[in-house]
Amino acid sequence: MSVKEYTGVERINGPLLVVSGTKDIGFGEIVEVLDRNSEKRLGQVLIADMNFVLVQVFEGTKNLDSPATKVRFIGKSVQFAVGKGILGRIFDGLGRLRDNLPPYLAEDFLSVNGLPINPIKRQYPEDFIQTGISSIDGLNTLIRGQKLPIFSGAGLPSHRLAAQIATQSRLLGGEDFVVVFAAMGVKNDLAEFFVEKLSQTSGSSRSVFFLNLANEPAIERIITPRCALTAAEYLAYTLGMHVLVIMIDMTSYCEALRETAIAKEEVPSQKGYPGYLYSDLASLYERTGRIKGRSGSITQIAILTMPNDDISHPVPDLTGYITEGQIVLDRRLYGLGINPPINVLPSLSRLMKDGIGKDKTREDHVNLSSQLYAAYAKVHEIRALAAIIGEEDLSSLDRSYIEFGNRFEKEFIGQGFDVERKLEETLNLGWSILRILPRSELTRVTEEEIERYL
Amino acid sequence: MEDSIRILRINGPIIWSYGDTPLKIGEQVFVGNLQLIAEVIGIEADHTIIQVYEDTIELKPGEPVYPTGLPLSIELAPGLISSIFDGIGRPLDYLATKEGDFLKRGTHSEGLDREKKWEFTPSVKKGDLISGGEIIGNVKETSLFNHRILLPPSISGRVVSVREHDEYTIEDEILQIETSKGTESVSMLQKWPVRTSRPFIKRLQNKKMLFTGQRVLDFLFPIPKGGVAAIPGGFGTGKTVTQHQLAKWSDADIIIYVGCGERGNEMTQVLTEFPELVDPVTERPLMERTILIANTSNMPVTARESSIYTGITLAEYFRDQGYDVAVMADSTSRWAEALREISGRLEEMPAEQGYPAYLGSRLAEFYERAGSVLALSHREGSVSIIGAVSPAGSDFSEPVTQNTKRFIGAFWALSKELASARHFPAISWTDSYSEYIENVKPWWDQFGNDKWSSFRNRMMYLLTEDQRLQQIIKIIGADSLPDDQRLILETAKLIKQGFLQQSAINPNDAYSSIEKQMSLAELILYYYDESRELLKKGIPVIRIWALPITTEILRIKDKTPKGEEHFISELKSRINKEFSELKTRY
Repeated sequence: MSVKEYTGVERINGPLLVVSGTKDIGFGEIVEVLDRNSEKRLGQVLIADMNFVLVQVFEGTKNLDSPATKVRFIGKSVQFAVGKGILGRIFDGLGRLRDNLPPYLAEDFLSVNGLPINPIKRQYPEDFIQTGISSIDGLNTLIRGQKLPIFSGAGLPSHRLAAQIATQSRLLGGEDFVVVFAAMGVKNDLAEFFVEKLSQTSGSSRSVFFLNLANEPAIERIITPRCALTAAEYLAYTLGMHVLVIMIDMTSYCEALRETAIAKEEVPSQKGYPGYLYSDLASLYERTGRIKGRSGSITQIAILTMPNDDISHPVPDLTGYITEGQIVLDRRLYGLGINPPINVLPSLSRLMKDGIGKDKTREDHVNLSSQLYAAYAKVHEIRALAAIIGEEDLSSLDRSYIEFGNRFEKEFIGQGFDVERKLEETLNLGWSILRILPRSELTRVTEEEIERYL
Repeated sequence: MEDSIRILRINGPIIWSYGDTPLKIGEQVFVGNLQLIAEVIGIEADHTIIQVYEDTIELKPGEPVYPTGLPLSIELAPGLISSIFDGIGRPLDYLATKEGDFLKRGTHSEGLDREKKWEFTPSVKKGDLISGGEIIGNVKETSLFNHRILLPPSISGRVVSVREHDEYTIEDEILQIETSKGTESVSMLQKWPVRTSRPFIKRLQNKKMLFTGQRVLDFLFPIPKGGVAAIPGGFGTGKTVTQHQLAKWSDADIIIYVGCGERGNEMTQVLTEFPELVDPVTERPLMERTILIANTSNMPVTARESSIYTGITLAEYFRDQGYDVAVMADSTSRWAEALREISGRLEEMPAEQGYPAYLGSRLAEFYERAGSVLALSHREGSVSIIGAVSPAGSDFSEPVTQNTKRFIGAFWALSKELASARHFPAISWTDSYSEYIENVKPWWDQFGNDKWSSFRNRMMYLLTEDQRLQQIIKIIGADSLPDDQRLILETAKLIKQGFLQQSAINPNDAYSSIEKQMSLAELILYYYDESRELLKKGIPVIRIWALPITTEILRIKDKTPKGEEHFISELKSRINKEFSELKTRY
């Protein structure tokens, strides 16, 4: 492909520029934009017309001027150089090395957009992952090849939970994960925390980092997760590794998407986000899973911040429609010092039912989790009642539910960020807390299970 | 000649073209050097607007556009059953052999296998006068399914020759017919444009029940064959599980499952699970009556828009053969979002929340393709549609849910509260409704000894009373209520946990037979009636609850497999026994 260069741009608007008089420029092609001092930044073609192109500049249009800006078209879409050497390396938000170490050997250049997996070639995920966290393993089990996001709020310790999952997760067979980490608009200290924590525990050659930090160009974030997922696909499907992808923070990503859409004067749908936000998020989240006949897998944990703790905000809402469940963090629990502050009621793992039970985890796992859920849901009803009539006026049954609820939160959920529990311990703990309730209340578990485990 | 149309502009999946060859709205075209599959959606003074069904990355202005002169169509013939297609009718297994594990671009494929031979038995003979849509023969497509070969609706005349009983491919000539335009050759294969509904003689009343084996639906909010239901629910409330349950257990002849903009793993789940599951009526693998359309959320958004039409066209084709077909569309919201996305790229003026103003009419066009008809083959067939709706922010006042409500007959509202309490199926008995009660009453009366209506009314009464009382409890606590009201609460709990809750994974309860539904309802209402007698004698309600039979009623549904429904009615005598013992103590 020949490189085409044009000098002078017609219009600059937010992150967008219009270059006219272009010829034979492809849709989605990568663009190098050079300012007056020949400083290079990257961009991508958003509209390709016979006579002009609309370019989105990832690193922003600050200091660009109309006559002197040079625009260079490379003749290909955005790519990432894959190779075994990416392990242990730190990249920037556009997939360029930022760790000042010598370059690695690129074995292939892959388009960061990836390709959809043919649905008939997918392997249905059903292998249990032990995260060592009771509220996940017991009630919202993570499955290898699943996309299970964490819905967090501003100030809640989602990063500590993510780090705990990343460092403790293992398959019952014992294989470890390789971690691909994508940071979008994340504060410097948080990125530092992850790099240090992951390099420490899993060894520096078991992780790859893509960092777009809070003070770095916002539009770049649109590419960051795509680079990370391209790396993950290479590690999983070409090298046969089990990859855990952590993406933080999806809300910043969506805001970058919104910024471009508004600059492009697109018709917004909700809260100014573009109508294709669902499709765009799906193009990231669906790059998860397993493929028949290939040994690797991609498990995805995307972290997002619910603005104003609102789960019906478009970002968590659309995410929940695409992902296979969600882990929801709760400000009340966090305030009570219960960590990780996972609110199990709105949390869900859709793939759990096929990955647990007899021959997979333990025979009582399905019913036990259902019983714990039902009882804890009841606790919330009774607490609401107690708030009106006072705890003294509750029936003795209701009081035992309150006690159950308190112990469930303190012991079962609140294990702390540094404690790792085996699945066996999690399940036994669940049973021991259920003992507070009278047997007649335990309708979700069978009589045999009560005999055996209670 | 073909090169005379060129791409002018590319904006995502929408391109603008210019050139001398006139294109028609709805015409299928191939775009660019890769010949991507596309459809004409707009014509303006100096250019044409085309939506492309594949990723347009690296496509360039100036590349050619190739017209086909034909509308976007799918192929109809033996070979459809058990297949999985993408949104524009390309078989995914063929794409997998050709392209590997990932979907690449520009692969053209026929919808059905051209080589495979089918055993064809003619049902017309030389000299017969036949008209469009009539049955001309039969092919045993699976051990379960007889594919009736239809004359294309546009052809009619006198049969000149018929091939004898033998094996033919779908393109082999099986019939020659003398029409007003001369002799025409007919094969088993016909093509039909997906956006056009297939003709029939007349619409019929929907009278047959679509029995789903799901108690809350069949008993409280039933739909008939030919009916239309919507399942709205926020994420995690169980839309897809409900759709899967319906696809598995409903008693339609053919199930068409459209995975429209949803998760890839869900389609994989259907593909792995269905071949292993057995139809409760015919005892054959469920896959032998199922066709899948998979256009997952990461596949092109334009093909998602057409996947709904591909599905409904297939359904109409089988309806015309005289079958009862059920279409599961999961999810219609993703389809509406595809409309919104395309509309946005066309810079149309939006109505509500960015959706185009024609959202309502498009939904109506789709849902109105359901119904029971007398087909051109003179057989009665039906298409039922069950559409999942995914309201943004679980807010049922959003445009897709509201517009959908205008065109459906049953509304199965999923509730977030029920789902968080793990009450599944999380179908709310307060927000749901069915307008089909009168349609299916004769059916239920025939199987349920005329008791269904009264059972249903009593259950709905108890549930409604329960809801009112729950409000009061929130203020004063349950202990302050009089015993007759506390009994209503307890009975409603039995209805909720012992009847409405139904586990999709418990093999004994995933499918609930008519007998099981009737006897469970009868048992719970019997418990209520007998308990009221005890209350009259001054026995406190707490003593009644404490009896072991109460817990047993809650558990019996999970322990009773199909064919053993007598377990349930036998509990009545246990009620009698435990209640009379209790009486003697007072």
